[in-house]
Amino acid sequence: MKRLLRFFSEYKKEIVLAPGFKLLEAVFELFVPLVMAAIIDRGIVAADRSFIGRMSLWLIVLAAVGLTVSVTAQFFAAKAAVGVSAKLRQALFEHMQGFDFTHIDQAGTSAMITRMTSDVNQVQSGINMVLRLFLRSPIIVFGAMIMAFTIDVKSALIFVVAIPLLAIVVFGIMWITMPLYKKVQKALEQVLRLTRENLTGVRVIRAFCEEKTEIEKFVDHTERLAGLQTFVGRISAIMNPATYIIVNGATIALLYTGAIQVNLGNLTQGEVIAIVNYMSQILVELVKFANLMITITKALACADRVADVFEIPSTDLQRVKMLYGENKGLEHAPFVAFDHVTYRYSQAGAETLRDIHFSVEQGETVGIIGGTGSGKSTLVQLIAGLYPVTEGKVMVSGVNVQDMDPDVLRNMIGMVPQKAVLFEGTIASNLAFGKEEATEEEMWTALERAQVKSVIEEKGGLLARVAQNGKNLSGGQRQRVTIARALVRNSEILILDDSASALDYATEAALRKAIRGLEGQTTTFIVSQRASSVRHADKIIVLDDGEMAGLGTHEELLATCPVYQEIYASQYSVEENTDKGGKQ
Amino acid sequence: MMQTLKKVMQYIKKYWIWVGASICLATISVVLTLYVPILIGDAIDFVVDKGQVDFASLGSILVRMGICIAVTAVAQWLMNTCNNHITYHVVQDIREDAFRKIQSLPLKDLDRKPVGDMVSRVVADVDTFADGLLMGFTQFFTGVMTILGTLIFMLVTNVPIALVVICITPVSFVVAKFISTKTYAMFKVQSETRAEQTSLIEEVIGNQKVVKMFSQEDNMMEKFTDINVRLERSSLRAIFYSSLTNPCTRFVNALVYAGVGVFGAMLAIKGGISVGRLSCFLSYANQYTKPFNEISGVITELQNALVCAGRIFALIEANPQVPEAEDAVVLQKAKGEVVLENVAFSYDPEKPLIRNLSLHVKPGQRVAIVGPTGCGKTTLINLLMRFYDVNSGSICVDGVDIRHMTRESLRQNFGMVLQETWLKEGTIADNVRMGRPEATDEEVIQACKDAHAHSFIKRLPEGYHTLVGENGGNLSQGQKQLLCIARVMLALPSMLILDEATSSIDTRTEMRIQKAFAKMMEGRTSFIVAHRLSTICEADIILVMKDGNIIEQGNHETLLKQGGFYKELYEAQF
Repeated sequence: MKRLLRFFSEYKKEIVLAPGFKLLEAVFELFVPLVMAAIIDRGIVAADRSFIGRMSLWLIVLAAVGLTVSVTAQFFAAKAAVGVSAKLRQALFEHMQGFDFTHIDQAGTSAMITRMTSDVNQVQSGINMVLRLFLRSPIIVFGAMIMAFTIDVKSALIFVVAIPLLAIVVFGIMWITMPLYKKVQKALEQVLRLTRENLTGVRVIRAFCEEKTEIEKFVDHTERLAGLQTFVGRISAIMNPATYIIVNGATIALLYTGAIQVNLGNLTQGEVIAIVNYMSQILVELVKFANLMITITKALACADRVADVFEIPSTDLQRVKMLYGENKGLEHAPFVAFDHVTYRYSQAGAETLRDIHFSVEQGETVGIIGGTGSGKSTLVQLIAGLYPVTEGKVMVSGVNVQDMDPDVLRNMIGMVPQKAVLFEGTIASNLAFGKEEATEEEMWTALERAQVKSVIEEKGGLLARVAQNGKNLSGGQRQRVTIARALVRNSEILILDDSASALDYATEAALRKAIRGLEGQTTTFIVSQRASSVRHADKIIVLDDGEMAGLGTHEELLATCPVYQEIYASQYSVEENTDKGGKQ
Repeated sequence: MMQTLKKVMQYIKKYWIWVGASICLATISVVLTLYVPILIGDAIDFVVDKGQVDFASLGSILVRMGICIAVTAVAQWLMNTCNNHITYHVVQDIREDAFRKIQSLPLKDLDRKPVGDMVSRVVADVDTFADGLLMGFTQFFTGVMTILGTLIFMLVTNVPIALVVICITPVSFVVAKFISTKTYAMFKVQSETRAEQTSLIEEVIGNQKVVKMFSQEDNMMEKFTDINVRLERSSLRAIFYSSLTNPCTRFVNALVYAGVGVFGAMLAIKGGISVGRLSCFLSYANQYTKPFNEISGVITELQNALVCAGRIFALIEANPQVPEAEDAVVLQKAKGEVVLENVAFSYDPEKPLIRNLSLHVKPGQRVAIVGPTGCGKTTLINLLMRFYDVNSGSICVDGVDIRHMTRESLRQNFGMVLQETWLKEGTIADNVRMGRPEATDEEVIQACKDAHAHSFIKRLPEGYHTLVGENGGNLSQGQKQLLCIARVMLALPSMLILDEATSSIDTRTEMRIQKAFAKMMEGRTSFIVAHRLSTICEADIILVMKDGNIIEQGNHETLLKQGGFYKELYEAQF
């Protein structure tokens, strides 16, 4: 929570004023029983009608002033709460944009979204409630006690006993039940997990006829949940009756001591009524205060989680830009070069890539092949400087990518990521990602090369709507639009990271042909699991569990690289088989 | 709404004793709670002035008060306990019914509903319903009782003052109502803006790599700031205006209090009411509006709860799959002859999918299903496993229509490895044993060895007893698939269904698995949705599917000779 204090600095005024006005309201409220006591003692006893009239006017004035004051307080509280949370969201978003990818993977997207939405909302309502109630409740409770003291010390001593007792009961029960409620929450999560598991795995469960066992398991869990809930319920159900007993027990005591004092002439009837009134005010406020404590605990937990996000290192977007000046590369250097590169994800034990060393000339096509988890995607992402290398250097046109302005570097690269994602907007706005000032003609050319022109025409052209994440397009269509997004850039480097996985063979072949026909000196990297996708490349890099198992053309590798032979054989064995079959 | 309420009542009926007890206890506690202020008033009347205190009468009243308080407290606690019991058990019953229904719903319906939606019905909706029900029980009834009781007490004690209270209090509802209708629109704007912001966050954070790759950070920041500023503005309006409710109703209450004070004092001067009774009135005036506010809260909560209950009942009452025929046959160890005759099927009556499909698979034959992604290959599997029933025509296994045998026995005769791997929570061994719970440890290990899963399982911290998280959280996609294969290797039924079973395993491991598969498929009828040519070419029958139709059928050679779509597909690969 402390770590978030800086967000409050702009709202110091509101943070002081809101509780301040609440305090005034509470004070005005505390006068009410005194006025009523006066009405009874002086008005009724002396039969003074005009006094009663004046006093009731006072009551109304107190109420009206209280209203004005508390409305003012509500305004300041709302303003501070909303303002702080808006600042918080803004800072979070900016911070997250600066994450490097290692941390995005580590933090998890859905967790980040929860931090920014529901957690910040909880913090907001927490701030709001604290500003409104945190001062009010204690002031009413202790104010009532002080008022009682001003009326009669002996009676007031009963308050001194009752208030701690009430506090013990209220907070004691909260203290006991809170961990239990956490248990309930956990049990509920189990139920949720089981339900989800059964829905996603419905085919397997039915295929293995597991319905009955699953139902039994579910019944077990819900029984446990209901048991826990009833147990916690029973304990927290003590709160109301117990406080009721304390307050009314205190009232009995008040009446009795009051009676003695009245009999002695130390106290009037109206004052006894006032003291009894103060007692009942305490109960109401204490319950409110207990609820407030729950809100605060929740808000604090959320605030902690939000603060944790700020602990994740992130690069400041603005600063990065100033750091990189002109960086002239060496003449005659290879266009893209990996110099004994090793890479390890921040928390992973083993290296993802080990001692990768190769160079590529401008205009070449490079195929990268290997099994799942062999490090293919990581390799191409290193070219774009998306991750910092652990050892070695990645050079683009003779400059270490770590020393380049990310914007300049990334502008050189058109990347088609493995996961085909589009952003809400239009086809045109998505293509503009690749090149902001792209003309319509350039866009259509890119779409045509990506084999998706006819689809887009059908959907209504460049201004066709794209839903969030491109959900209104099929997987294959989405993939081809992401290819077009990269192509529209006409960049010097084109990276296709397993980008044809959702395409059928015929479309993929057409796409490959179109890419080969690109004008200019485009250096292309094609990542794939299919030998057919890379076999025509100028160079093929074979990765096996993070290491380079081979480098060369299709023919060379087929002759010398056992891993490549195996991959090829597993996909093409049929060809050979049928060839043999034909010869027989 | 009424119907939902009726259904809720059906669930509650089971606990009628508890409901009865709860009502009795509530009545007791309300009556006594209302009686206590009267006693306090009476007590005050015995405390008049110096030397004018009747201690004897005061004592007996205080004793009565003590008893009342004790009884009320006990009654309150018991009532809460009853309410808890009813609520949580009703909720448990509903959840179980919903879960049972999920197990028996036809896949046709399950496939159409997003998992998140169903989960939120069983979990979140039931929870909201529980909250509403509990509040309804604890506050609605006691609230109504308190209002009625207060009214009666007040009218009996003093009609004019009672009328003052009855006339002024409605003002507070009018005020509250006025504020809530005014703020409704503001809250709507707020939640719309919030939704807009959430979807932007989701998009940007979820696709951070793309955003960075194309240097869109500044653009996105700008978009975000714009929404954030709007959200701040709308939130402030909504929160501030809605927070006026409390001060305003409190103001009205203060007016009531002042009204009762003045009126009562005037009456007291004339001797129309004792000071004690007046103080009793004052505390009633303070309490009177509270149950009203509670009830209006409860009513919104209850409406909410009923909407949620409606969603749950929609699930519980959905039509289950066609029940088994009474004379359904139990398929013993099948030989594996599968005959499809004139099968027609479609998910959507508007779009016919499979038409007039006939196919004769002899025991032990291998059928490969090929075609571009999304052509409907899995449909056939859905039909074979009877996840879906054919629209017309028939599917027979060993000469018996599968609609005439029990689903359980049919499915036990199929071993299935699907594209989406699925593991349940439990140990590795539990998961492998799914198809044959009685298998020995040795058999489990052998099956895992056959599936090339043994070596990675051995390396896990607790080997075969390693707990697998929800949907295999801690395993890689490839490892999960190996486990699913081991599962089938252990059960070894007479027919196999493999749906792109090796898509996530690297080609080298796959080669080893292929060998194991080949062994497994020996003498077993198998249906394989395949991408790899090696699997396809070795098949006895190849079904070529496109846009949901089976357009070609035959073996590798005959299909190549035909020169149709299969040839095109085959050649595109090289």
